[in-house]
Amino acid sequence: MTDVFLDNKFVGTVKNPEDFIERIISERRMGKLPITLNAHYNNNTDEVRIEICGGRSVRPLIVVNDGKSLLTEKHIQQLEKNEITWSDLVKQGVIDYLDSGEEENAFVAFTEEELIGEHTHLEVSPLGIVGLTTALVPFGNYNHGVRLSQGSKNQKQAIGFYIANFFNRMDMDVNLLHYPQYPVVDTLMHRTLDYDKHPSGQNIVVAVMSYQGYNMEDSIVLNKGSVDRGMGRSTYYRPAISEELRYSGGLIDEVSVPDKEVKGYRSEYDYRFLEDDGIIYPEAVVQEGDVIIGKTSPPRFLSSLDEYNLTTSSRRESSMALKHGERGVVDFVTLTENSEGNRLVQVRLRSQRTPEIGDKFTSRHGQKGVISILVPEEDIPFTASGIRPDIIFSPHGIPSRMTMAHMIELLAGKTGALSGRRVNGTIFDSENEDDLRKELLGMGFMENGTETMYNGITGERYKAKIYIGNMYYLKLKHMVANKIHSRARGPIQLLTRQPTEGRANEGGLRLGEMEKDTFIAHGTALLLKERFDSDKTIVPVCEECGLIAIYDDRRETSFCPICGEKAEVSNIEISYAFKLILDELKSLTVYPKMKLEGKY
Amino acid sequence: MADLFRPYRGKMPEKILEDIKENLPPKCSTAKVKKILGAVYQEYNRSLSQPGESVGLVGAESIGEPGTQMTLNTFHFAGVSELNVTTGLPRLIEILDGRKNINTKMMEIYLKKPYSKGKDLKKIAERMKETKLEVFLDEISINIANLQMIILLNKKKLKNADLKEDKVAKILAKSFKGFKFKLQKDESLLVTSSSKDPALNEIYKLKEKIKGTFISGIKGVTQVLPIKGGEEYIIVTAGTNLKEMLKQEYIDITRTVSNDLFEIQALFGVEAARQVIINEVLKVLDAQGINIDIRHIMLVADAMSMSGKVMGINRYGIVKEKPSVLARASFETPIKHIINAALTGEVDYLNSVIENVMMNQLVPVGTGLPGLVTKVK
Repeated sequence: MTDVFLDNKFVGTVKNPEDFIERIISERRMGKLPITLNAHYNNNTDEVRIEICGGRSVRPLIVVNDGKSLLTEKHIQQLEKNEITWSDLVKQGVIDYLDSGEEENAFVAFTEEELIGEHTHLEVSPLGIVGLTTALVPFGNYNHGVRLSQGSKNQKQAIGFYIANFFNRMDMDVNLLHYPQYPVVDTLMHRTLDYDKHPSGQNIVVAVMSYQGYNMEDSIVLNKGSVDRGMGRSTYYRPAISEELRYSGGLIDEVSVPDKEVKGYRSEYDYRFLEDDGIIYPEAVVQEGDVIIGKTSPPRFLSSLDEYNLTTSSRRESSMALKHGERGVVDFVTLTENSEGNRLVQVRLRSQRTPEIGDKFTSRHGQKGVISILVPEEDIPFTASGIRPDIIFSPHGIPSRMTMAHMIELLAGKTGALSGRRVNGTIFDSENEDDLRKELLGMGFMENGTETMYNGITGERYKAKIYIGNMYYLKLKHMVANKIHSRARGPIQLLTRQPTEGRANEGGLRLGEMEKDTFIAHGTALLLKERFDSDKTIVPVCEECGLIAIYDDRRETSFCPICGEKAEVSNIEISYAFKLILDELKSLTVYPKMKLEGKY
Repeated sequence: MADLFRPYRGKMPEKILEDIKENLPPKCSTAKVKKILGAVYQEYNRSLSQPGESVGLVGAESIGEPGTQMTLNTFHFAGVSELNVTTGLPRLIEILDGRKNINTKMMEIYLKKPYSKGKDLKKIAERMKETKLEVFLDEISINIANLQMIILLNKKKLKNADLKEDKVAKILAKSFKGFKFKLQKDESLLVTSSSKDPALNEIYKLKEKIKGTFISGIKGVTQVLPIKGGEEYIIVTAGTNLKEMLKQEYIDITRTVSNDLFEIQALFGVEAARQVIINEVLKVLDAQGINIDIRHIMLVADAMSMSGKVMGINRYGIVKEKPSVLARASFETPIKHIINAALTGEVDYLNSVIENVMMNQLVPVGTGLPGLVTKVK
């Protein structure tokens, strides 16, 4: 007897599990049971498991009976004439949805040609075995598996045309590609997804060669001429949002040009872009420190106000200004109300991003790279017909990564571009490479995709034939403009007096524990001391009690609050962090007594 | 000849001078010996660390950096008996932490002359293994009516272990007082309780207990694996009992070792334990194909055995011995150290590196070490 479980609960036993499963499945195909019900027999544990709960991923397969697909020519004709739909096929029992359990009992054929008697199912399309983004990689079946998944991950970061009504939206962190194109080498998935409505890359000419060592280690050389003509150009949008908050006592924030009496008033210069309503005007060119939305808030503490304060209640400045390193143009201003009925001001900033050194580009095969130089068009190598590549890609990226599809796409792209058609590169179902080569030969090009090229600087002919063709390249959202950071002097933290952290705060780059060790290992004691000088302070110390004394600036003398005026006080130079730890020890009732000695 | 060496006495370690003496070519002219000594002295001086060189930190970095590349935790001995050996990072941590209970205790047993060539190898190996009664058992049956237990032993296995039934009976009688073990004519053992009114319960309990009785071999040795190491055969064991092992007459006492630092320390003292630390660390690094200058490891081993007994590199071991409060507090459990320092009124003289880094003072290392001899007034 075999135990039967329904959604992991024991419900009974059956004598013949195989027959039982067969019956359940045939009932399901007849429509008597829900299509999301799956049953399978595990002969290792001798259990029948029936699942109907949610949370299982299921995928559609064509049912096969006696080595024959149930999906017939007739079905396809009806589908083409729109007489039936997909759900009709499901209802007719032509399509099964299998979960991971039932899949264990199934024997699935990859293509219709290989069907034999034992098969239970047939893939709807070979494309079905990969996910959405992976299916967007052309000739994916020629790639190494790792590169395939890296390539599909990269595609998610590509800048494109993500939505058509972007102009009416206030999305965070938006990048839009200026001249997006549909790929010359596409896949079935591109067509299914209406990729032409939201493409995310450009078809460009790629030459596989080195260029004066500028494309070593995954860096790429870009043609300055192409960039000037708009290649890889994008716009970055970022909204600034400010809300008129309500406080207790009927007080409210006010969006306006702050009054000069306001606490924390910046300077007139900083508010220069604000119009009478306290909001910046569109198309203003702003940079770091400029106020976009002027705002004042009511004073923080209400209670201790009226009686002693003769001046009228001073409001606080709480404007929204551009942070360190930000710049752009005001694109769009909206005034609305939020769900709580507060006035909401939204300002969208825009800045154009032309490709520059350090921006990241990738093909669809995990062959990402960073721009290392923008070469003037006249210095770029050219072919006999005068074609200059947009990107020069290093051949050293190929052997170790084994991205054959990258090479095939280049050839297919060239064929497609020259013959003016799209090339189908669907995974497992792509156009034949040999046919593409023949087509290329027929158009008067080298069968192997190479061309004679000339040095752009000297005009000399290269001895080697250069592999050159068209590819679909993506600009990734990682751009130097958003990441560049440097600091010499700058803001420090209040508590520790050490430099702040992070790019947004104009922070320093930490010299950490292990970096410190390298200085010690080198024996460079004075350099180490100098590096850690960022929070150095001079502290007066009482020589009697060994605690930190007080410096009286008015009298220009130091005295010890414990031992009085007579005690001798000396100045020492320590890190502020150490002074802090002494204070913390004191708060733990530990007495950290310092005994001072002469320096020499 | 001795005259040539005399000027170098005290300038170089005695060991180096002896090495030179031993390795000199048979007919070596005085001039040549002089030249050799001069060259060696120069090389010796060149290899010495300079004052203020942070040898400890350089050593830590030299071990730590390749340590990040280590992979694969265990490795398996080929063969029937599956010997899993902890290697790689876990083993390195084990050694340097000075763990008392290490994951896989092992011995490498070298054999004396006739045996090392493979004579009686299997037999010797088999006899080392700790064997319990369970192994020799064919059957244990209990006669409920007579309150007796009958033990049938496997003759073949007994013979392999060079044992007889009567000897087993004696061992059992020794370890289970209150029961009688009688050898019967059919060479089975009859077990009866010697108390006046025996209970069936007792016999039942005995049945389970008796299986675990230690019969022969060396206690603690759970697995043995004879392997050929170069010219001779050696035996690798899982589980250690070096003290017992060294009593066996077929063993080469001078080379047989255990990988348990504390076992070695108890038997041979710290100097031996120090050498085991070095050997074991080198073994791990060699297995990973990592090449570290032995002097870094020697320094670590020195630090661990400096106090006269092996101490791990952790807050219970050598870090505890640091004189500076701040240095200890900057390692682990700072509050504990500060509170204790406050209670006992400890003074930190700020003589070492880390305290001075904390205060941003000149560290007494490298260029920060030299000071003025004269007092400036």
